Amino acid sequence: MNRFETAVAQPRGMATETNKVLKNTYMLLSATLGFSALTAMLSMSIGTSPMTYLLSLIAAMVLGMFVLPRTANSSAGIGVLFLITGLLGFGLGAVLSIYLALPKGPEIIATAFGGTGVIFLGLSGYALTTKRNFSFMGGFLFAGMMVVVIAMLANLFFALPALSLAVSAGIILLMSGFILFDTSRIIHGGETNYIMATFSLYMSIFNIFISLLQILGLMSGDD
Amino acid sequence: MDWMKILAAVALLMMLFVSWRGFKWWSANSPKAEKGDWNSALLALAAVAAFVALLIMMVR
Repeated sequence: MNRFETAVAQPRGMATETNKVLKNTYMLLSATLGFSALTAMLSMSIGTSPMTYLLSLIAAMVLGMFVLPRTANSSAGIGVLFLITGLLGFGLGAVLSIYLALPKGPEIIATAFGGTGVIFLGLSGYALTTKRNFSFMGGFLFAGMMVVVIAMLANLFFALPALSLAVSAGIILLMSGFILFDTSRIIHGGETNYIMATFSLYMSIFNIFISLLQILGLMSGDD
Repeated sequence: MDWMKILAAVALLMMLFVSWRGFKWWSANSPKAEKGDWNSALLALAAVAAFVALLIMMVR
């Protein structure tokens, strides 16, 4: 079936539902990003140790994998989502404190922040306007995730800066693909739960920001 | 610290399991790409790569 015909012949009810999911997703995404910024500032003011990042990341992963899918169809899902994003923001604060201590730290953080915003807005705008359905990328993206995770596991023990750089670059490209994929699924009715949609987009933004920080830190010669 | 490495490895193994489940599901259920779909996706990803290269040049 031609996807342009699908887009034009989409029933009015379905199009309204899609717009509602999209609007709710972007509103919740803005709120969770703002909440993460608050918890990151709290973490930086307390002066948490770098270990906080790893612990909050694991706690957020467990919540995201096992609790969020079970609560996403109720209002409790919103609370769980804020808990996850709050934890990730709190962990991020510890990382930002390390970067702020570098000579070019504030510049690197600002560049990574702006860069993440441009990448997200650019890709979302592209997915929203191109009318193409990027859902076909699902298998490819998850296969790529497996390769990247295996490389990360290997680098835990080898600690090679070049591999670390390659992993960060791979994550940025994969998460960019996920932004196209997730936005496309919302537009074409593949994702009707705005809590899960927000979680996916939030994770892509978070990973792009962290990876950009790492790449810019390594390439600026400060890290 | 060794226990931190072990903790990170456990987290990564969990991610690997989730990715494997996602890969299995999407390999069986994802729609086929139509003509021009891959080109559109690769164009966007190439733009991202070029933008990241620009950011790197800015901080050097």
